[in-house]
Amino acid sequence: MSAQQTNGSQRSTSANGSAAADNVLLDVKNLQKWFPITAGFFRRTIGHVKAVDDISFQVLQGETVGLVGESGCGKTTAGRCILRAYDLTGGQILFQDHDGKMVDLGPLNNNEMKPYRQQVRMIFQDPFNSLNPRMPVIDIVGDPLKINNVAAGKELEDRVASLLARVGLRPEYMRRYPHAFSGGERQRIGIARALALDPRLVVADEAVSALDVSVRAQILNLIKDLQEEFNLTYLFVSHDLSVIEYICDRVVVMYVGKIVEVAETEELFAQPFHPYTEALLSAVPNPDPRMRQQKSRIVLEGDVADPANPPSGCYFHPRCRYVQDQCSLETPELREIAPGHYAACHFAEELTLTGVTASGELG
Amino acid sequence: MDTPVLIEIKNLKTHFFLDEGTVQAVNGVDFTIHQHKTLCVVGESGCGKSVTARSILQIVDQPGRIVEGEILYHRPDRLSGVGLSEGLPSSNGADGSSSTEIIDLAALDPRGREIREIRGQDISMIFQEPMTSLSPIHTVGNQITEAIKLHTDMLDDEADEHAIELLRRVGIPRPAERLDTYPFELSGGMRQRVMIAMALSCNPALLIADEPTTAVDVTTQAQILELLEELQDDFGMAIMLITHDLGVVAEMADDVVVMYLGQVAERGDVESIFHDPKHPYTQALLKSIPRLGVSRTLQRLDSIRGMVPDPYNRPTGCMFGPRCDHFMPGRCDAINPPAIQLGDGREVHCLLYEDE
Repeated sequence: MSAQQTNGSQRSTSANGSAAADNVLLDVKNLQKWFPITAGFFRRTIGHVKAVDDISFQVLQGETVGLVGESGCGKTTAGRCILRAYDLTGGQILFQDHDGKMVDLGPLNNNEMKPYRQQVRMIFQDPFNSLNPRMPVIDIVGDPLKINNVAAGKELEDRVASLLARVGLRPEYMRRYPHAFSGGERQRIGIARALALDPRLVVADEAVSALDVSVRAQILNLIKDLQEEFNLTYLFVSHDLSVIEYICDRVVVMYVGKIVEVAETEELFAQPFHPYTEALLSAVPNPDPRMRQQKSRIVLEGDVADPANPPSGCYFHPRCRYVQDQCSLETPELREIAPGHYAACHFAEELTLTGVTASGELG
Repeated sequence: MDTPVLIEIKNLKTHFFLDEGTVQAVNGVDFTIHQHKTLCVVGESGCGKSVTARSILQIVDQPGRIVEGEILYHRPDRLSGVGLSEGLPSSNGADGSSSTEIIDLAALDPRGREIREIRGQDISMIFQEPMTSLSPIHTVGNQITEAIKLHTDMLDDEADEHAIELLRRVGIPRPAERLDTYPFELSGGMRQRVMIAMALSCNPALLIADEPTTAVDVTTQAQILELLEELQDDFGMAIMLITHDLGVVAEMADDVVVMYLGQVAERGDVESIFHDPKHPYTQALLKSIPRLGVSRTLQRLDSIRGMVPDPYNRPTGCMFGPRCDHFMPGRCDAINPPAIQLGDGREVHCLLYEDE
């Protein structure tokens, strides 16, 4: 149907993640974010929601890492911690500065954060709530430039115009307000705003989830093109596995605040090592009616565990098809099962799990 | 093969009269829903799929109203007067029930007694967002038994009993205790199950599901879709499933209606829509979705250029014309393509197929 082009060269750099240390743009180490649960008149803390509980992963220069999981798994919280929209409970966020030194963003205060806020930017999910309805586009996109004294006056206008043109909007529309634009166009404005300061890392939190099918493809292509043009690195947070597969080089799968599997996209989808990943992959509806009978969908029992009161041992064990006694007693560590492929399951080697093969192709 | 017709929609037009102008949300839609079958209505936001569904139940929000067309409901026999006392699940006379009564729902008064009798009993609906469509200040039990008591002559105890049975049927653990919980105590998936239990409480002939899985996770979506399939086997109702997710359509549908900007672009059985799409919009839509297992080898996704036009500035002629790759100047912008029958129940609204 379409020419198969390999982008192997781009991907091979990310294969041995930890080895190429100077290539690491972001190194998240043992990141924790707990939200207190308070009760009573004195707002006493009676427990914690462990939204993100001890996760570690790396993002290399120029790659796209997907953070995938169901709602409540902590993927958004992790993204926001990296942006330092939240204060951390524990752990480190090491970010490579322009001079190649790794800086821990964790303990920095607002003033100290400022230079890094130019380098780490965000694209939001909801194109309707993330744009101020009382600001014209020129202010929405231009304000980061103004605040950081990058440009002003006529120059600012030119910069905004070129940014808008780059994301596929007409520069003449820069005096308009967000309500005059459709969902896809607003998302383009949000992308232009994120790119205004030439960031090095962009956290895209469900950037295409709110968009319609035909527009989603446009935005995904745009995100990919911009990466090549501006040498961007993405942390792509999403629940949609087919989008993750299309856009990401490597994928981090999360479940109830913990990482259950990390691998290169191709490997993860073809040969998952964690039962949760397998179930997640099998739950995605296949857009081919002929596959209906052949596919044995794994339907998970019950709901995602409560992060305030997680089950013992492996958090996934109450819903796991392959559960054994050990699972409810010991918490599995994230281990390297195959080169560059990590999974947190006691039986990762023994289980033969099914991934997704290229069978969904249209005839 | 085909089961008897349940709902027949003919040239339905539902317009919204706003200060800025008239929005022709649904503009001449025809399709049929068969008994015990699943019909999926697919399209992007603003294509009128939800308004079509709401028109069937006459719950179109103000200032919208049905201005033209017919919605013929072929009321199956078993619903006229049969109580639910025998309990459930029953196959409710799935076979051999010939329709006797034909009611034009579009002609009924939206506030009238007749349509209120049909809502919840003959035709019921589940909505996208289970949190906002359940009442936060009434218990689950209260909300389910309300419909039962309204449409049947069951007593309080019997209605409670029936509600527990329904909750058990939709897979809610410890249903007797759940009767006294409030919606906020339940997870998203559980709330959607409560909605389904409520919708099925009176054994409807048609269940309209408006994006029932859009707000839930993939694993929950798999659970809900599986449940709907099971319930359809048990209760024998027809399902009209409204979605924008082509994956869901492929898994659930018997028949598919593809809508674009208030009109039907194409309709047919699921197999031919996915494997032999005729309308350029359907073809483009199918190409633009990332597919698991395939998309990782693709460098770019095919996308449809432009965007859905503004409802106040609808194009002339074919609605899809300005975004279509097969646009024929002078024809597509002049003629609104009529329905062209391609045999086997397939119908396409595109001038490309005029000669056939």
